[in-house]
Amino acid sequence: MTISGVALLAICTLIGGFLGDLLGAWLGVKANVGGVGIAMMLLIAARLWLARRGALSVGVESGVGFWGAMYIPIVVAMAANQNVVAAVESGPMVVVAAILTVVACFAAVALIGRLSSATETMDEIEARQNAARAEGGAA
Amino acid sequence: MSDAIALLEHILAANALLTAFAFVGVVMWISAALSRYLTLGRIHGSAIAIIIGLALAFGGGVWSGGKNGLSDIPMLSGIGIMGGAMLRDFAIVATAFEVDVVRARQAGAIGATALVLGTILPFIVGALVAYAFGYRDAISLTTIGAGAVTYIVGPVTGAALGASSAVMALSIATGVFKAVLVMIGTPFVAKAIGLNNPRSAMVFGGLMGTVSGVSAGLAATDRRLVPYGALTATFHTGLGCLVAPSLFFLGVRAIMG
Repeated sequence: MTISGVALLAICTLIGGFLGDLLGAWLGVKANVGGVGIAMMLLIAARLWLARRGALSVGVESGVGFWGAMYIPIVVAMAANQNVVAAVESGPMVVVAAILTVVACFAAVALIGRLSSATETMDEIEARQNAARAEGGAA
Repeated sequence: MSDAIALLEHILAANALLTAFAFVGVVMWISAALSRYLTLGRIHGSAIAIIIGLALAFGGGVWSGGKNGLSDIPMLSGIGIMGGAMLRDFAIVATAFEVDVVRARQAGAIGATALVLGTILPFIVGALVAYAFGYRDAISLTTIGAGAVTYIVGPVTGAALGASSAVMALSIATGVFKAVLVMIGTPFVAKAIGLNNPRSAMVFGGLMGTVSGVSAGLAATDRRLVPYGALTATFHTGLGCLVAPSLFFLGVRAIMG
């Protein structure tokens, strides 16, 4: 049933929110601490558990999947609710922060690539697979 | 005639959430068309839609003089429900269902390292820039730093910490601008940063974060790399939502006093 997926998602989100609030109170930050992240881990665990028991029905998947697919539109609606007028008045900080972040991350990708051992490129993998297929066809 | 308009206004306002679904649907549809025909698929439709959303929020704010963007317009109050905390958290949690744990393990230690680095590095850069621009309170610094991680981590963190709406908007704008830069920039730097194999694609996904930025950037570089990048990128928002309002906030608060 589709509702089981929606209910599972709601239960995970509610438990995550509750634990996040609890963690916040425990840390003394008067805020929800990682509630969404905890809920995500609960949902992953629930999915693995259901799959192992063979109880992961199409209904459950479609109930959760629908809301997962709604995530970008909901983010668009969220963006449309923001106080952009106030943000625009604050000026170039956004541009500077974004550019510096992206440059730093690109540099880190390059650095990790240089530091680690050589690996097969996508072209080499495809060439090898094609060669194996051709050999298999000939044999 | 004016009776018909009044009736229309009434039906739209009385079914606020449905109006929001229809409205956002049209925005998404226009964005997909703009992405395909104007940018030839180089800028992902979802990024364009978010930019349109922010632009509409600006218009709504100017028009109504309120603080809640488009949802201050009575007919579009449903946008406030659709984009509010409840449905936002609900939808974000739902995306965790797509994470394939077995394949994620194959990403291995290097993907995890990139993931951790990809959360810490943008956060530090974002928070430092915010500091340089005069922000001194731990909540604003954390929220803007989190926005530099992804445009989801920013508002989730800001909402959890009780940041002001203006800081939230800055945080989202930083994340969105980052995603757009990743989408546009990736094909141009791909060669220089060695983005031609599955492992570097996984490192890339972990470091750059934003799923829309990573998937669109990799698609524009080499379609075969997309699943590898998306695999690590899907963990990015969850990790950020977990550590930004907790560990990172406590760290920033300890430094700022």
